[in-house]
Amino acid sequence: MTDMAPQNQALEIPSGGCSSGSCGSSDDAMAHLPESIRERVNNHPCYSEEAHHFYARMHVAVAPACNIQCHYCNRKYDCANESRPGVVSELLTPSQATKKVLAVAANVPQMSVVGIAGPGDPLANPEKTLETFRAIYKEAPDIKLCVSTNGLALPDVVDDLAELNVDHVTITINCVDPKVGAKIYPWIYWENKRIRGEEAAKILIERQQLGLEMLVERGVLVKVNSVMIPGVNDKHLEEVSKIVKAKGAFLHNVMPLIAEPEHGTFYGVMGQRSPNKAELQELQDSCSGDMNMMRHCRQCRADAVGLLGEDRGHEFTMDKVEAMDIDYKQAMEFRAEVHSSIEEQRNAMKKVATVSLDAIGGVKQAQKKTRPVLMAVATEGQGVINQHFGHATEFLVYEASSDGVRFIGPRKVDQYCIGSSECDDGESKLSMNIRTLEGCEAVLCAKIGLEPWGQLEEAGIEPNGEHAYEPIEEAIAAVYLEMVEAGKADIEVETTQKATA
Amino acid sequence: MSYSIVDLCVNCHACFDVCPNDAIYKASTQFMINKNKCTECVGDHEDAQCASICPIEGAILTPAGEPANPAGSLTGIPPQKLREVMAEIQAR
Repeated sequence: MTDMAPQNQALEIPSGGCSSGSCGSSDDAMAHLPESIRERVNNHPCYSEEAHHFYARMHVAVAPACNIQCHYCNRKYDCANESRPGVVSELLTPSQATKKVLAVAANVPQMSVVGIAGPGDPLANPEKTLETFRAIYKEAPDIKLCVSTNGLALPDVVDDLAELNVDHVTITINCVDPKVGAKIYPWIYWENKRIRGEEAAKILIERQQLGLEMLVERGVLVKVNSVMIPGVNDKHLEEVSKIVKAKGAFLHNVMPLIAEPEHGTFYGVMGQRSPNKAELQELQDSCSGDMNMMRHCRQCRADAVGLLGEDRGHEFTMDKVEAMDIDYKQAMEFRAEVHSSIEEQRNAMKKVATVSLDAIGGVKQAQKKTRPVLMAVATEGQGVINQHFGHATEFLVYEASSDGVRFIGPRKVDQYCIGSSECDDGESKLSMNIRTLEGCEAVLCAKIGLEPWGQLEEAGIEPNGEHAYEPIEEAIAAVYLEMVEAGKADIEVETTQKATA
Repeated sequence: MSYSIVDLCVNCHACFDVCPNDAIYKASTQFMINKNKCTECVGDHEDAQCASICPIEGAILTPAGEPANPAGSLTGIPPQKLREVMAEIQAR
């Protein structure tokens, strides 16, 4: 149908002295990758902690059917206020999805990637998924396509995906042992039958591994997602990690199980616990090897729109999209301009004076015994501190120590919907924010009101608005140095907040 | 005789895609089965396809009017346990 276009235009950015991932953040997930892959993922917000401050993604929910059951999923669930995989508000036809993509691309020009992630399994709906990709590839060739799958149907469509220039596929692989799989997947639909138990898990595992190999052979980038389920596959995931990396997956993303009784999932109802932050971090560390983990992953909804951590889906419901008149040719020119200015901005950020970051090394040289400190940041993107404390729906947590500043992960201000009048209850937002910040000793934001200021201080978290619009890591380093100077980061100092998980 | 779909259906399309007789259609709020087209998959497959892929317990009834996938058979959650947990959530 097509002659293959060269790699996405927006990607061909002349890399200056320092390309993405080779310097800057000590926690950059891209550093170990060969240059060719780094270029391909340069503007993909999901694959790079640094890029996710600048580029947005969207998911289109065109794929309702699924061919397996996972114990962490409930197909009945649909709530506008909930944010987790598998949840959507509006199912789209392929032509609606294409319209929506063009509308978002024109209005959110930093959107670089469109993914199909559900709400079922995209490849269990091959016609809908491929038709959507075909239309977007034709009408908006500047947009990168990706898809996620449980892998069961993957080998059947690998060639279609490669032909449509889909260059990122995410396979969720939770096990390589059918005995473990039987505890995660109650059944699969395979060759016109519902198959259960280890037999089902064995088929699924074989198909996942075959699909992974076929994609790598064809030069399609493969990321593997794993859900960490304590007592079920937590120990096993290190082996999974070794195998998928050996087969050529370029990233392995270990995510925590999300399980609450109100979700009505097997794990939620049966009381299976989620991993705590320390357990997750430990597993991510032990799986990482030379490959850093995607600690900025937000486990998005299957219809999310915007920067990671934000969801602008409500601005692009189908009735609103239908009313928009989009000239995509013009939009594409505008997008190219925006992307090139983003690249300028990113390059400029890398050249920003890192006075404080550099000075942190001095702390070590002076052989001062200082302890690591967790700090939280309110940001809307661009890699700077630019959000009002009260507007934050999540905080990015960083650790400062004499080794430098590293990104630990995002923390959402918890807002699980339990389907009652509790929605839209604003009065406890401040206390929820403060609970979210547990373990952090400072919170850096653009501005902050008097009331939260007082409450944060009371909770032992230092509010800080002095670094508004400064680059995140440099600002954190500056605050850390002040703490070191004031003796607040001395190793023997007892803190009011303990950095517990 | 024919299989049928009740209002527990969540509109996931899975049955629609696998029916060998195109007997399944999208009605105003959910999917339905055209009684005249349904063959219970006899001659095509060993098992009724809609009932083999449907993820929702109780959503599909056999020709005898029984749930093809009774409570607990797909999720593995014992029905009694589910009732207890739901009651607990309601009481919050």
